[in-house]
Amino acid sequence: MAAGEELTSSAYIKHHLQNLTFGQHPDGTWGIAHSAQEAREMGFWAIHLDTMSWSIGLGVLFLFLFQRVAKTASVETPPPWQNFVEWVVEFIDDIVRGTFSGKNDVVAPLGLTVFVWILLQNLMDLVPVDWLPGLAKLMGIPYMKVVPTTDPNATFGMAIGVFWLMIYYSIKVKGLGGFFGELAFQPFPKVLMPVNLLLETISLIAKPLSLGLRLFGNLYAGEMIFILIALLYSGGVALGVLGGFLQLGWAIFHILIILLQAFIFMILTVVYLDMAHQRH
Amino acid sequence: MNINLTLIGQTITFFVFVWFCMKFIWPPIMNALHERKTRIADGLAAAERGMKAKEEAEIHVQAELSKAKEQAKEIIAQGHKQASEIVEESKGDARTEGEKLLAQARSEIEQEMNQARESLRTEVASLAIAGAEQVLMKEVDAKAHTEALAKLAARL
Repeated sequence: MAAGEELTSSAYIKHHLQNLTFGQHPDGTWGIAHSAQEAREMGFWAIHLDTMSWSIGLGVLFLFLFQRVAKTASVETPPPWQNFVEWVVEFIDDIVRGTFSGKNDVVAPLGLTVFVWILLQNLMDLVPVDWLPGLAKLMGIPYMKVVPTTDPNATFGMAIGVFWLMIYYSIKVKGLGGFFGELAFQPFPKVLMPVNLLLETISLIAKPLSLGLRLFGNLYAGEMIFILIALLYSGGVALGVLGGFLQLGWAIFHILIILLQAFIFMILTVVYLDMAHQRH
Repeated sequence: MNINLTLIGQTITFFVFVWFCMKFIWPPIMNALHERKTRIADGLAAAERGMKAKEEAEIHVQAELSKAKEQAKEIIAQGHKQASEIVEESKGDARTEGEKLLAQARSEIEQEMNQARESLRTEVASLAIAGAEQVLMKEVDAKAHTEALAKLAARL
């Protein structure tokens, strides 16, 4: 927030929705954007430091915790943490076995990574909305959005990753011709190739788009409600207490969304890759 | 909320994480799970084999036991028989021995009696002579009367 600006509700919300953006200012210098306007002017060649660091940090945390188990995996006497990890791994393995009909060693670890990583990122939503940004402000960082999955860049980044894998495996399994045929020769007869191509391309692109948008939309909406509830805290004792109860209630309900969205993203990833492996 | 380089950064991060998971996390955990599964299956099979062996051993033990019991019974019966035989035998022995001893004792007694009788005879003879001497108040010629006295003693 620029100095002197009064803390209004809309400014509070806007502040919470602004990523910490690093990029090139219009005047040619590189640095952190200090307002939404500045961030917008940086254009495409800017990066959200908060999204990147939180998502990478959480991803590394996931890999670290699971890799520690993988390294010392005991067959005879699994310690409690290993039991938990094995439970998660078997859960994913069961789903992949039930959903994915082809033979591919990438899909199951991919599902595990996607599920746990997104789950951890979503879980950041349960941290009260002012804690980490407040801490960041004390450290002199103007913006801090701690939930990477409320940044469309993060969700679409993952969705694009899945999209590349879909295309890669479609071509690998069916060949370039087969993949093109899938796009061009159905659902209508070959004569209507342009119509087919249009339809199938749209449906192909809709997959990653919906994948990224669904996750982003759910988490963004959840985050927004937390921010609105947090606004109540500045409205006096009565509203503050109400806000406390609302926040608790929404957080409990939100756990469901957090889990569900991580699960949906994972299962759809597996399903899309399964479709990419199927010949027609 | 701008679309920017973060998008590409996230895609790269995504691939790196998936690669890492695929390389260093998934296979060891799956291996551990599979190994445990086979180990448990092996263990159960071994336990089953053990149970079967135990059952067989029990049957064997039962058979051995009944055989041993039979044998013991036989031995006991034999022992009883032997014991009664020995008792019978010793009874017989004792009886013959007793009879022998009795016979010996009898003959001894007889002998003693004869001896006593003999000595009594001589004693009586001399007593009679002594008596007669007293009665006659004169010496009897022992030599002359010995014959008569012997005759007398023999009658005793």
